[in-house]
Amino acid sequence: MLSRDGRRPLPLSLVNDQEYVGLDDLASTFQLTVQDSLGAVTVSYKGKTIVLTPDQTLASVAGRLISLPAPPVRQGRRWLVPVEFIARALTPIYDTRLELRKPSRLLIVGDLRVPRITARYDSVGPAGRLTIDATPRANSTVSQDGDRITIKFDADALDIPGALLPPQSPPSLVTAIRAADPVSIIVDVVPRFGGLKAAAQPLENTMRLAIELSPPAQTEPATPPANAPPPTPAELPPAFGQPTTPIRTITIDPGHGGEDGGAKGANGSKEKDLTLSVARRVKAVIEARLGIRVLLTREDDRNVALDDRTALANTNKADLFVSIHANASVRKTVSGASIFVAAFDRDAARSAGVAERVPAFGGGLRDIEMVPWDLAQIRHLDKSSEFATLLEQQFHDHVPLAMHPTEQAPLRVLESANMPAVLIELGYLSNPEQEKVLAGDVFQGAFVQALTDAVVRFRESLQNGTSR
Amino acid sequence: MSKRVLAIVAIGTAGLALFLLLFVGLPRWYGRKPRIAPSGTAAAAAAPTAPAPPGRKIKAHLYYVADDGMRLTRVERDVPYGEGAVEQAREIVSAQVAAVVDPLVSAVPAGTTVRALFVTEQGEAFVDLSKEVVSAHPGGTMNELLTVYTIVNAITENLPAVTSVQLLVDGKEVETLAGHVDLRRPLTKNLNYLREEKEEVKTKN
Repeated sequence: MLSRDGRRPLPLSLVNDQEYVGLDDLASTFQLTVQDSLGAVTVSYKGKTIVLTPDQTLASVAGRLISLPAPPVRQGRRWLVPVEFIARALTPIYDTRLELRKPSRLLIVGDLRVPRITARYDSVGPAGRLTIDATPRANSTVSQDGDRITIKFDADALDIPGALLPPQSPPSLVTAIRAADPVSIIVDVVPRFGGLKAAAQPLENTMRLAIELSPPAQTEPATPPANAPPPTPAELPPAFGQPTTPIRTITIDPGHGGEDGGAKGANGSKEKDLTLSVARRVKAVIEARLGIRVLLTREDDRNVALDDRTALANTNKADLFVSIHANASVRKTVSGASIFVAAFDRDAARSAGVAERVPAFGGGLRDIEMVPWDLAQIRHLDKSSEFATLLEQQFHDHVPLAMHPTEQAPLRVLESANMPAVLIELGYLSNPEQEKVLAGDVFQGAFVQALTDAVVRFRESLQNGTSR
Repeated sequence: MSKRVLAIVAIGTAGLALFLLLFVGLPRWYGRKPRIAPSGTAAAAAAPTAPAPPGRKIKAHLYYVADDGMRLTRVERDVPYGEGAVEQAREIVSAQVAAVVDPLVSAVPAGTTVRALFVTEQGEAFVDLSKEVVSAHPGGTMNELLTVYTIVNAITENLPAVTSVQLLVDGKEVETLAGHVDLRRPLTKNLNYLREEKEEVKTKN
């Protein structure tokens, strides 16, 4: 656990391959009150409560339902909760920012700048290129002292995976990378190496530092390391590619259309027009910046049935489904964006994913999992909630949020989506002030940027999750 | 002689009957609490079938849009007494969809009426609303959620015998009211959309 006061360990237990943390440890760390009454465990913090039920993965957080990957378990007198409890249940009610980085086994408390550092070395003939990514973006200064290159980051701490670089052998010019102090890393290079050129380049949410290393035999004198002018693209060999991505296709669903105008704005604008205009911008930006294919459920003003919207995503094996809408309230002053994740009642959840024995080709029987179309979303709810949380984080300070920014509801268009899916309400068209804002370039640009950033972070999270 | 004895017996019997009626029967009759508690949470489904005096009311919790526009607020109001679960549910929904005056704001579009209401043995209520609930709906996910859970909560909160509610429009099943909330299945009570404050607004009916 990392906070302004420094680092301290938070003990974890492994139960059925799931990492758990003790509620008593969390209570003493975060000043929570835990009450174990008949059939439920209530966790309170400053008047807000989380209600956990034994054997249930659903929990109520200040009246809203969230799902955990596993139910709470009792060990002797202690209650253990999955570590995701911190991100999904505690974060929404806690008054200080909490960020759980499960792959790094790091919990960040407060507004600390803790970029995750990853490194990669590529041989380019006799020379080499060291690529160091800092996510979220952090500037750095590079200095050289003999065989040692020090990279100091403008941050409060660094999130460094166990080994920054696998053991290197010749012809690699780098022998090792290690942490020097809380905000610096040291790169050990081979003796008398030829010199280096460093260039930083922002890449979505990442600051990529490329250090070109010259081989020892090179006669060219070393160039000043820090603040070197960025090399022109022609100088960079084409080996720089985007990492392999678990997100190849995203379906963006502009809500309503055709005869269904959706909500009407206080000054007469129509939800269907706003959602289409924003969806087109999202498509252009995500395709250009992230190289991800974006499918729109409608390209123009037409009626599209709710089932057809999800069908487009399902048949194209989209990795993410985002439905874009604009809200309305009978109270004209309500404003702010909301993110919705599907909700299912208990009976529906129980009937999902029933295995059925069917005849197989070549004789015999095999079990196949039958997922009813209407309940396809159930198995993706965890990832949908994770994406919703990332969206909420990215919207902060960029897109005005409603009082309850993330909600769960039985929304028809999400239920059949066989991939992580959310519905975003951009804001309230019924509010005359917000209606004007939503139509503007500033808002739409900020929204598209925040959504794109959330997709990048979600992709990173999926990559980290699958590479573990 | 025998006539006299008979008269005494008859008068005595009549007196006894009158005594019993005046001092035992009537106090019991009038003193009997309705099975619908003042909070409106008793099982009206199990209410006895005794004839109700005309104009008899029960207290029920009805739901209106809270000041924040994103939640419902619970208001205790007088609702006509209905015979059995179905009639009582109909009275509650009729009162819920009826027009209201400031400061109350309803999430149910103006002009919406109850066409029919059924309750199955499994405790599922089917509420058939007039087409205005769709045609006059202002749209927006939040509005739609509040419209749906106004009706669902009004029935399930006041009549615990009813566990879920399916909304029909103009006699037919519908996918949604305004393109968002799935109405193909009965919905259970959802207090997530209820404002958390404990105090309840009390209004005159």
